[in-house]
Amino acid sequence: MAASHDALAEQFDDLRQQHEAASLGMWVFLVTEILFFGGLFLGYTVYRTTYPEAFREASHHLDILLGAVNTAVLIGSSLTMALSVHSAQEGKRRALVGFLLVTMLLGAVFLGIKGTEYTHKYHEHLVPGLRFEYDAPHAGQVQLFLALYFVMTGLHAFHLTVGIGLLGVLAVLAWRGRFSPDYYAPIETSGLYWHFVDLVWIFLFPLLYLIGVH
Amino acid sequence: MTQPIVPRYVYYRVFAALLALTLLTVAVAYVDLGPLNIVLALGIAICKALLVMLFFMHLRYSTHLTWIVAATGVVWLGHLIIFSMADYLSRGWIP
Repeated sequence: MAASHDALAEQFDDLRQQHEAASLGMWVFLVTEILFFGGLFLGYTVYRTTYPEAFREASHHLDILLGAVNTAVLIGSSLTMALSVHSAQEGKRRALVGFLLVTMLLGAVFLGIKGTEYTHKYHEHLVPGLRFEYDAPHAGQVQLFLALYFVMTGLHAFHLTVGIGLLGVLAVLAWRGRFSPDYYAPIETSGLYWHFVDLVWIFLFPLLYLIGVH
Repeated sequence: MTQPIVPRYVYYRVFAALLALTLLTVAVAYVDLGPLNIVLALGIAICKALLVMLFFMHLRYSTHLTWIVAATGVVWLGHLIIFSMADYLSRGWIP
């Protein structure tokens, strides 16, 4: 491996070390993200143990089909993201750009479906703070569940939006031939971020959508 | 090359497994198992998370240092939830 490679920063011995440092840095950031979302998951756990009935009832108002389809869409986007990294490793520029674009598209489909769900909630008067009417004994606690639903999925959707922007930049750079089998750390680290967003959804889906089925 | 290239079929298999587990978690939710429902739902979610982390996020092929950092996140999340719930769940114990 040429020590004088263009992409090699001077503080690293070689590209391998640089690549590992980049991945490690992204993992450190993701750990802070785990704890960032962790606070919300804790809030959910506390209120769910306190008001199990109301949470089950409120969960009925979410559309399991749309939630499941969105899970599949996001898993698909993780696959195409992994294939983007694979293409970068093999130095296939067109495949890399293609997979990045498909990943962005799937992310956008997810946001579209999420938007439809949000619109339904608005028409059903189930948006706390904006439009909320609920005629049942548990109204307050149902509102609490929906507030958690909107904050958790909203924060998740925000992360996904950032991810789509990130991949957009990478797609342009990749098209210009910035990456090679020797240097693709930005693809790898953005991939880590993308998969993390998928991970959050993997837990949000059962906790929010599936707790009140029966 | 800075990292071992994972064969593409590994990604396809992980993808298939993730889809299958998603279907399973939806199917299981329709069966009334009492408190076991949440255990199964979280168990399946953890399996899916492990698949994503090990293969898609290349943890399986990463250095031990990366493993430790990733584990740190899970350990501290565990602290956050276990200690907080130990507080909330035990509040009624002492009159």
